[in-house]
Amino acid sequence: MSANAVSCTIKSPVALQIGDAVSDSSRPGVYITDITLAEPVNIQEISFKNYYTAYLTVRLQRREDGSAKWVTCLRNYCLMSNPHAEDGSHDYFSIYRHQMLTEPDNVTTVRLILRQPSSEWLNFSIEEINIHPCAKEDSERDVPAWISTLTPVEEPLDLNGLPDPETVSSSIQQMWALTEIMQASQTAASIGRFDVEGSYDVKLLSYT
Amino acid sequence: MLDESAELSVSITQIVQRLKGTHLHSQLEKQAKECLHKPEIKLETLKDDVRRLLKASGMTCLPPPRHPRAPPEHTKEPLAYMRKAQVNWEKRILKSLNSMCTELGIPLARKRRVPEQNELTNKWNEMGTDEPDLSKFRPVYAPKDFLEVLVGLKNPNNERSEDLTVRSHWGLIQVSLNVRDIPQTREMYPELGLTYGQLGIDDHTHVPPGSHLFFCFSVVVSEHDSAAAQQYSRQGCPTGLRAQLWSLILNTTDDPEAITHYEQLKARVIHHDLLVDNLIYKDVKLTASNDDYYFVFEDYLYQVLLCFSRDTAVLEHFNYNCATPPKSCIQSKSGSEQCAVVYPPNGVIPFHGFSMYVAPLCFLYNEPSKLYSVFREMYIRYFFRLHSVSSHPSGIVSLCLQFERLLQTHLPQLFYHLREIGAQPLRIAFKWIVRAFSGYLSTDQLLLLWDRILGYDSLEIVAVLAAAVFAFRAENLMEVTSLASAEAVLADLSTLKVMPLLQIFLFATSV
Repeated sequence: MSANAVSCTIKSPVALQIGDAVSDSSRPGVYITDITLAEPVNIQEISFKNYYTAYLTVRLQRREDGSAKWVTCLRNYCLMSNPHAEDGSHDYFSIYRHQMLTEPDNVTTVRLILRQPSSEWLNFSIEEINIHPCAKEDSERDVPAWISTLTPVEEPLDLNGLPDPETVSSSIQQMWALTEIMQASQTAASIGRFDVEGSYDVKLLSYT
Repeated sequence: MLDESAELSVSITQIVQRLKGTHLHSQLEKQAKECLHKPEIKLETLKDDVRRLLKASGMTCLPPPRHPRAPPEHTKEPLAYMRKAQVNWEKRILKSLNSMCTELGIPLARKRRVPEQNELTNKWNEMGTDEPDLSKFRPVYAPKDFLEVLVGLKNPNNERSEDLTVRSHWGLIQVSLNVRDIPQTREMYPELGLTYGQLGIDDHTHVPPGSHLFFCFSVVVSEHDSAAAQQYSRQGCPTGLRAQLWSLILNTTDDPEAITHYEQLKARVIHHDLLVDNLIYKDVKLTASNDDYYFVFEDYLYQVLLCFSRDTAVLEHFNYNCATPPKSCIQSKSGSEQCAVVYPPNGVIPFHGFSMYVAPLCFLYNEPSKLYSVFREMYIRYFFRLHSVSSHPSGIVSLCLQFERLLQTHLPQLFYHLREIGAQPLRIAFKWIVRAFSGYLSTDQLLLLWDRILGYDSLEIVAVLAAAVFAFRAENLMEVTSLASAEAVLADLSTLKVMPLLQIFLFATSV
């Protein structure tokens, strides 16, 4: 799903505010972060971790026919459904190609415009930004093998006093599934036991 | 986020992963194979048909899938400062337990000698007659200690001052979580509306109950339809069928597997003695045994809680609980290595009042193994949220904030008055919320409240009821001049009727 991220330089965010940034005591509600890419990229996904940003606008600078053009590919994407509350404030997000308004091809610079209208928060930003280029085409996942290889409906068997194969197979199936889980499971501890070789002499609890 | 169909695929994959190895999984696979033989199912359109069906059946409320880059602790609790507060709180509890253990010179766990094991086996059904010396033991913490932790929760990205400013919160909880107000709660709880019949209000009308009960029994219970039982429970469960309905909703069964599991736990109680056992004894003696409704169930409480401490299946709930179970190192028998073990085996340290989570269930189930299964399921679904720090909508922080906000919004004069006299409403209501009102309401009313917790799969109704109680006694509370007298006004809730209070507060309050 996510290819390796391309290397990029993330500039420090610039606040947009009216008045003198130094003397004005009110906090900015808009930050702009530019990300320069080493070479033009076709973007598949932009992933990041939010930190109290409410709305995100993404603009791209594309290299087209020798000139660089800015386009908006995402407008006021909502990251926090209620800017005054914590919902979504620390969440991880991914913006995919198909969500963008324009094709993110041959992109040289990505500009993120962060908005947080609420006065609740001291700071807001976006962290752990990764830009993933388009990967090679993956083949569509097929339906699982056990559905595609259906056995034809069988003739009813002559049981001769034996138990019904359906009921037997359903009870065995559960046990088989459990053994599969056990084999795949990584824990070495026996199921349900809390002691170690029969002893459980606990003296003190550890703090780490 | 991902687009709709990709999100659905990821959600389904995560659910299938969780179901793997369970009985339900093999049943579903078998049913799927049978269905695929039917002529109307086509493999090519299978994916789209499933998607369409899920939408049509209303199952669009699947939980959002977690982002592939989100670490597990983020999925349990996204807010870093809450995770930190939980870790610090746990450290305090561990220190307290360790110091108690050192002071008393009693090990946290030891194997019982055979004569002691035999004695306990003989006494299993009457552990309440035992009068051990518990004076040296003290509860590890009480709800009011936990309240101080919640009051101290501060978001570093937020500035708050003690004074009443435009930015401050009037209440004790200083974090800004998204909580529902009355209009949103009305949308979430439409079945509590004034036009719906409720058990708890309409029981005494002269409508013949026969058809209502018959519907419940024939459709819901005999079909083992868990979703229908849950929907039914929103309007209250008939007393005679409540036990079965809750059992259906919680997916607990009477099968030999559950009984064997309980017997195994009982054997573990016999073999090992834990320090937390004494904490449980003390808690039962201090709370349930002193309660007029619950003292008769003392023996059952020991039988359930001692087994609960030894049930490692409970550890699974730490997959979605941001708390971590306490650990210790013990020497393996060969002496060669140190092994990390969880203490107590279920990872849950009981606090003062813990036994009150079990006590009301004793009215419904008299088979210890059944009682145990239902309690365990209720704990790992709901009760654990009442004593761990998290931002979940049913978590204690959200419930406290919702209570305070509801009161501030709809009874601002009362809230301001109580704040001014030093009687912050949450200081009075917290003990009700932490116990989901167990021990404060009369049992029949409590069970009606817990019907709705199960029916709506959420603890929010507890916060709403707390606000409704304050609203009901608002006139008296406006007259008081101290915290002590405010507490006296709200000391006795045993005469309250839960459903009328909730209906009036939610649906008859002008908004």
